[in-house]
Amino acid sequence: MSGIPHDHYEPKSKPTKWVESRLPIIGLLYDTLMIPTPKNLNWLWIWGIVLAFCLALQIVTGIVLVMHYTPHVDLAFASVEHIMRNVNGGHMIRYLHMNGASLFFFAVYIHIFRGLYYGSYKAPREITWIVGMIIYLLMMAAGFMGYVLPWGQMSFWGATVITGLFGAIPFIGEPIQTWLLGGPAVDNATLNRFFSLHYLVPFVIAALVIVHIWAFHTTGNNNPTGVDVRKGSKEEAQKDTLPFWPYFVIKDLVGLAIVVTIFFAIVGFMPNYLGHPDNYIEANPLATPAHIVPEWYFLPFYAILRAFTADVWVVMGASWITGGIIDAKFFGVLAMFGAIIAMALVPWLDTSRVRSGRYRPMFKWWYALLVVDFIVLMWAGAMPAEPPYSTISLIGATYWFAYFFVILPILGVIEKPTTPPATIEEDFNAHYGKPAE
Amino acid sequence: MLKKLSIAALAALSFSAGGAMAAGGAGHIEDINFSFEGPFGKFDQNQLQRGLQVYTEVCSACHGLKYVPLRTLADEGGPHLPEDQVRAYAAQFDIFDPELDDDRPRAPTDHFRESGLAEAPDLSLMAKARAGFHGPQGTGINQLVKGMGGAEYIYSLLAGYTGEEKEEAGTTFYENTAFPGGWIAMAPPLYGEDVEYADGHSNSLHHEAEDVSAFLMWTAEPKMMARQRAGLTGVLFLTLLSVLLYLTNKKLWAPIKGKKLNL
Repeated sequence: MSGIPHDHYEPKSKPTKWVESRLPIIGLLYDTLMIPTPKNLNWLWIWGIVLAFCLALQIVTGIVLVMHYTPHVDLAFASVEHIMRNVNGGHMIRYLHMNGASLFFFAVYIHIFRGLYYGSYKAPREITWIVGMIIYLLMMAAGFMGYVLPWGQMSFWGATVITGLFGAIPFIGEPIQTWLLGGPAVDNATLNRFFSLHYLVPFVIAALVIVHIWAFHTTGNNNPTGVDVRKGSKEEAQKDTLPFWPYFVIKDLVGLAIVVTIFFAIVGFMPNYLGHPDNYIEANPLATPAHIVPEWYFLPFYAILRAFTADVWVVMGASWITGGIIDAKFFGVLAMFGAIIAMALVPWLDTSRVRSGRYRPMFKWWYALLVVDFIVLMWAGAMPAEPPYSTISLIGATYWFAYFFVILPILGVIEKPTTPPATIEEDFNAHYGKPAE
Repeated sequence: MLKKLSIAALAALSFSAGGAMAAGGAGHIEDINFSFEGPFGKFDQNQLQRGLQVYTEVCSACHGLKYVPLRTLADEGGPHLPEDQVRAYAAQFDIFDPELDDDRPRAPTDHFRESGLAEAPDLSLMAKARAGFHGPQGTGINQLVKGMGGAEYIYSLLAGYTGEEKEEAGTTFYENTAFPGGWIAMAPPLYGEDVEYADGHSNSLHHEAEDVSAFLMWTAEPKMMARQRAGLTGVLFLTLLSVLLYLTNKKLWAPIKGKKLNL
């Protein structure tokens, strides 16, 4: 499967020959598990396995929760309390699922920012990156719809606000919103379709994860140097790589075990830390909460959504040019989705020929600023939409777009990168003080 | 550099996560050292029983606990009342039975009553639906030891009446230092010495308020002790697993890294 030369599976016994000649599944599993992996991968490469764990955890706990949950506006909230009080171990399963979503997003953000630093999105890994971005979008859909299911106050009002975004689309917005909701407002029809889709999306994600893995198993993993594995011969490749099993399986499991330990401490000792107290109040269409705040993992993009108010000159300009078709609300929606699309387009926006940020002295600082920007936006998204937070959001949103559409294209031209090591082996040996063989 | 950044990101994330729960115009919340706070916290069974008494004799006049099954009063990690007491307690309250087409006394399998007064919110989950320390002021990881302040909010509300009253559109409002906005429609429910505790515990306003807050924390999170025990077991075993995997990994990689390993 991989472009790196390595040993392939040869069936030796009679039964394995029988199977392999009919369905080469043993060979497929062998090649997947034994894929040559750059030996200099650092600890930031463990988050893939954490994400796989999260997906499995969410599907398993989710299937059990569905056995006890009732998707009806009059019964949903009470059925969640039934899970918390009467179902054996139900409180643990629900808290694992609830916090599992947070772990999922925490891991995906580190995974994405790792890719952004080491240039994992650059040729030939563009498809891996794009598939990853689609997975991320589907995760957001699943997370959002899952949050609606307990039918608390934030569930209801969050759903009202977010589906309202589609209503901001000119001309066709309102019919689309009604179609999404199954009625004029968030109600039983909405809850039922969100429940149905919340169950469906994880399996679509699982399928895309296979495509994601297939794609990077074809190109081979990126690594902290961004230098390609030598592919001239098997011997050469073996100097740069180690088989995934056992070296990286065990290493990934170390990382996973540590992450899951911390995760378990949060679930056991402070399971509601990342939640909103208002969601323990049953949804009431007649009482709007003082602040409608999405979950923490949506906050950076929520801040971008709210940053573009009617008094920002870009918004005024867009509104004037389009004769008012693009108003502040629609502009905000475009900005929010645009911020994610910018990330998805990064393989073609980054003009630098050097892959890893390690050898890009100027890029490092802009990248660090992007990380800070992301955190500032997350904080601003949790704050009320008023000065100074709206100004901070606007500055943050501007930097986000500037990074992808201005800084990355220009940096590739003006920056003088340092020289990466010639081979992965050289980098690895230098790190461990081993003389070159 | 990336490593440092990710650590900074982690720290900032835990900070901003708390910020996400910014509560508006919150009043003053007293921090109380409840027995159930922190990873090793436990409900005080006697306190829960006293709290149940305060709830029954005072709060239940208006407020219900509709999500709480009466049988859970016998649960370990809760008030842990004897079965016969639970049965007797349940039987005090009638419920309409559609099969009999008549009222009958409640059985332990039934739930507590719903709120008798339409304006009075159900209290089952109140201690989780309010959070004294969940705002940006007292944010962060200290919630691990202090809790989220739900019980503290209830305590501060009950003990926070100043005695001032005002009338607006035919409704009397009472000044309260804990209630967001400062004026609440609920008349002061506790004055001190409202109930007579069987165990002779002090029945001052502060003690009564503390006891009933602890009881409402239990109604909101009845499995807290089981959860914390599971958390502790999980963390211990996972730590052990992490150490073993770490050592395995070290041994596995030693020859590759050209290191000698003394194990």
